[in-house]
Amino acid sequence: MATVAVTAERENYLNKEYGIRSWLLTTDHKRIALLYLASITFFFFIGGFFALLIRLELLTPAGDLVQADTYNKLFSMHGQVMIFFFLIPSIPAVLGNFLVPLMIGAKDLAFPRINLLSWYLYIIAGVIYLHCIVTGGVDTGWTFYTPFSTAFSNTRVIEAGISIFIAGFSSILTGLNFVVTIHRMRAPGMTWSRLPLFIWAHYATSIIQLLGTPVLAITLLLVVFERAFNLGIFDPTRGGDPLLFQHLFWFYSHPAVYIMILPAMAVESEVVACFTRKRIFGYNFVAMSSIAIAVFGFLVWAHHMFVAGISLYSALIFSILSYLVAVPSAIKVFNWTATMYKGSISFTTPMLYAFGFIGLFTMGGLTGLFLAALGIDVHVHDTYFVIAHFHYIMVGGAVMGYLGGLHFWWPKISGRMYPEGWGRLAALLVFAGFNLTFFPQFILGYMGMPRRYWQYPPEFQVLNVLSTAGSTILAVGYVLPMVYFLWSMRYGKIASDNPWGAAGLEWQTSSPPPTFNFDETPVVTWEAYNYEEIPAPAEVPVER
Amino acid sequence: MSDSPLAVEQHGPEHLHHFVDAEQQRDAASLGMWLFLATEIMFFGGMFLAYLVYRSWYYNEFAAGSRSLDIWLGTINTAVLICSSLTVALGVRAAQMGQRKLLVILLLLTIVFGFAFLGIKGVEWYQKYEEHHIPGRTFNADDLVKDYPQIHIDQRPEQIYFSLYFAMTGLHALHMIIGVGIFVFLTYHAWKGRYTPKYYTPVEIGGLYWHFVDIVWIYLFPLLYLIDRKPLR
Amino acid sequence: MFDNFPLWPARASAGAANVDALFIFLLALSAFMCLAIFAMILIFATMYRRRRGVEAEQIEGSPELEITWSIIPMGIFLAIFAWGAVIYFHERTPPRSASEVYVVAKQWMWKLEHQEGQREINELHVPVGRDVKLIMTSQDVIHSFYVPAFRIKQDVLPGRYTTAWFRATKPGVYHLFCSQYCGTMHSGMIGQVVVMEPAQYEAWLSGGGTSGSLAASGDTLFQQLGCSTCHRSDSQGRGPNLVGIFGQPVQLEDGRTLTVDENYLRTCILSPSKNIPSGFKPIMPVFQGLVSEEQINALVAYIKSLTPSPAGGQGSVSLAPQPQYPKE
Repeated sequence: MATVAVTAERENYLNKEYGIRSWLLTTDHKRIALLYLASITFFFFIGGFFALLIRLELLTPAGDLVQADTYNKLFSMHGQVMIFFFLIPSIPAVLGNFLVPLMIGAKDLAFPRINLLSWYLYIIAGVIYLHCIVTGGVDTGWTFYTPFSTAFSNTRVIEAGISIFIAGFSSILTGLNFVVTIHRMRAPGMTWSRLPLFIWAHYATSIIQLLGTPVLAITLLLVVFERAFNLGIFDPTRGGDPLLFQHLFWFYSHPAVYIMILPAMAVESEVVACFTRKRIFGYNFVAMSSIAIAVFGFLVWAHHMFVAGISLYSALIFSILSYLVAVPSAIKVFNWTATMYKGSISFTTPMLYAFGFIGLFTMGGLTGLFLAALGIDVHVHDTYFVIAHFHYIMVGGAVMGYLGGLHFWWPKISGRMYPEGWGRLAALLVFAGFNLTFFPQFILGYMGMPRRYWQYPPEFQVLNVLSTAGSTILAVGYVLPMVYFLWSMRYGKIASDNPWGAAGLEWQTSSPPPTFNFDETPVVTWEAYNYEEIPAPAEVPVER
Repeated sequence: MSDSPLAVEQHGPEHLHHFVDAEQQRDAASLGMWLFLATEIMFFGGMFLAYLVYRSWYYNEFAAGSRSLDIWLGTINTAVLICSSLTVALGVRAAQMGQRKLLVILLLLTIVFGFAFLGIKGVEWYQKYEEHHIPGRTFNADDLVKDYPQIHIDQRPEQIYFSLYFAMTGLHALHMIIGVGIFVFLTYHAWKGRYTPKYYTPVEIGGLYWHFVDIVWIYLFPLLYLIDRKPLR
Repeated sequence: MFDNFPLWPARASAGAANVDALFIFLLALSAFMCLAIFAMILIFATMYRRRRGVEAEQIEGSPELEITWSIIPMGIFLAIFAWGAVIYFHERTPPRSASEVYVVAKQWMWKLEHQEGQREINELHVPVGRDVKLIMTSQDVIHSFYVPAFRIKQDVLPGRYTTAWFRATKPGVYHLFCSQYCGTMHSGMIGQVVVMEPAQYEAWLSGGGTSGSLAASGDTLFQQLGCSTCHRSDSQGRGPNLVGIFGQPVQLEDGRTLTVDENYLRTCILSPSKNIPSGFKPIMPVFQGLVSEEQINALVAYIKSLTPSPAGGQGSVSLAPQPQYPKE
């Protein structure tokens, strides 16, 4: 692999055209990925700002920073912004958009204009949501439960509902694009069994986006209609059933969490393979686990409703199915760990995030076993135990996967290296800050502190203070990469085509790639992760 | 340093450069539309689920509401849509055979049928408005209670039937409007001669969409109009 | 544990220990799994760190290993499921002889009424050692009745009854929280469960003035609202005879067979067209909007009291005296 420094004079997708029109009207999947990167980073900081205010309020038992109604809006909008405007798009819309065509040897996604439409739908949804925030916000919780959301809330439920409805279509179209691309546009010789596991996981994610999101869309639409036109579908005084809403809502929202974690697992496979310099152990099993998670993920939604009033027998069925869905995730963790056996391991920033991912995802996943146990869930449902559980997976898992992936592919995306020392520092800060923020919440939950509480009994204070302290460290860990990534675009070391010596078609083209990705369509004659054929270059440190 | 696409065989302006060849482009478009229709099934599916649950709980109210709909207008609309699917299918064939004039006529007919459907739907909605069957403050189902005194109808769940009626037919009508828009686009391009036996994918996938909207109606009609049309004693 | 810095909730019900046992088992299992995986990663990261001249060994995988580490976790998971299911089953089947407390939740307070007629707001007094069943409904949005010390929680819904039960084992005062977000003062919809020694509880019961038992007020309402006109105990009425009906199956005119429980009675009162028993005409008037939640509770308690108590009265609570139907 050539380590000749390549100057930025070579034409690539970034310098091909300048000017705002060339960005806002682009159909290049790589530019669209960067458009998404900017937008979701913006919303990440909005959602993060709400989180900071929540943690500040919770420093003291009394509600003394903001009013109760304001607090209710804060946690509602934190959830909605983080889920719909950050997590759901994050890896697929940034890394997936950028890498899927490259990894399979295609020139672009199947529908480049629909890809741009996806981004515009996201932006329109985002603008509507921002308007919702500044004109009063929404206080229904991210879950919009009826009849509170349809008949009792005095906040901008219709606007938030419409905004998320539109964002949902952005997600559906991204999924549609990926599925068609992966089916129809693989380069010659790129058989299904030669696909990187990143592609398998994104394929599974896209199936969920396609089939699940429309159910959220119709559910939110019905809530909007009910409020706007005084329909009675969820109104108990007119014979409506509040549980119907919950079933419809969770039918999407449970698979949604797999939309959020599968792409992070996708990144995990690529990073672990590269920095152990080995093919992932049990490739077939990892690939099939992605599909299994997508399929089983659709069968467990009512485990969010064990105390909601469903029948005893339903609860038994959903509990057992929830244990089934845990198995493929466990298989993946074991396989990544086994990959390290007899590997050649380097501790670059992406690999640090990968280690963190395995640790935190394992903890989060294990606490899922607690929640799937009916007798335990009765006690900890709607408490901080649940909050800790899903943050371990969505932040400890998905966000670390996202950051690890951003670092790993940054040279390919920008043509520059980020500063490795700062990268490692930020990774450690995120890991430490995260654990301090969320581990105490497991204890709080079992002790009985309910979620969505603006004020709380004094015996919960010490743990809340620890949690808030952790969140400040976490915040620093998040700000650092933003700063040094921006810095690197101007001052970072110029990256070679393949600074990590990684396998995968994306590393066979220049950093950054040309607009049409490859000078010549690759013809694939090798299996994925052919590390025995790829020497490790200097950037991958040798650990003495 | 070339950034130009690979050498490609002779093709028309409709060939998109990121595809290797026309066949790949056609396959991609077709798979894309089928996947999109799958999402539409899930979308309507949520409402069908709500319908199923509430019909099993409030059968009498649903039956009474169903009887208040105009079965003749509903049947005519069903026939209109089935005819429109015929013109669509014939249109795809005309495109395959390169019969431009016939294609344009069939597409126009489809649009006419579409408007007819929407017009009749509008008339039906207006009837509901006049009968005070629109859910909300103005809702009044005394006429249903009066007409069928031997069946005890609770007016509150009766509103649920009509809420679902408007939500389902409303969303369906919205999809029809979008379909008409798509067909206006197709007609324009057909008239301009853009579709040939070698390239008529937009007609084909537009047709798929139209057929789907038709099939949704084929389900809506019996579920909403035909719940219990047995003559009452 | 520590007084100002507790790490474990109080354990004050018969079921709490079972929940804690499973929790501790899961804690141990999780700790073990975490340690195992973290240790392996640490060991591999050290032993197999990148060293000059040492190449990674390409290993495709091992189907035997995959099957093993799928089957064993699956087996453990099924065991956990079974254990959790047993606890849940127990939690969701209140003993027949439990005394009943009716709960009405509203934004943002808990209204409770004992069978004896005692009313409470945001507080529930119960004696140690007695099975208590809560029959709950909401006046507005979904709430949830949560007592961490008992390890019980149940959502409280508008438009229907949900139930929960417990047996307190330790005198003391324990938190009651609303745990389903319900609006502005969700975090203020809290209270306490006061568990007393039986003697103290009796004293408390007779202390406050009550207007008679819940079933007795239900009896009064039953007359006032005209229910007795059609629901006669001599089966000559236009409506079904309600004596002994609670807990029995009833066949409806649409062919379904339901059990007469609290929700069934509530539906009959509020939405009679849903539940027409076979052989009867659909002529019962609709009482939605005409009766409050508390009044529905009273009527339900009254109809339940028309069931003769089990022989021996094992664990039974005081029931209203058998009503005298007015002779037409």
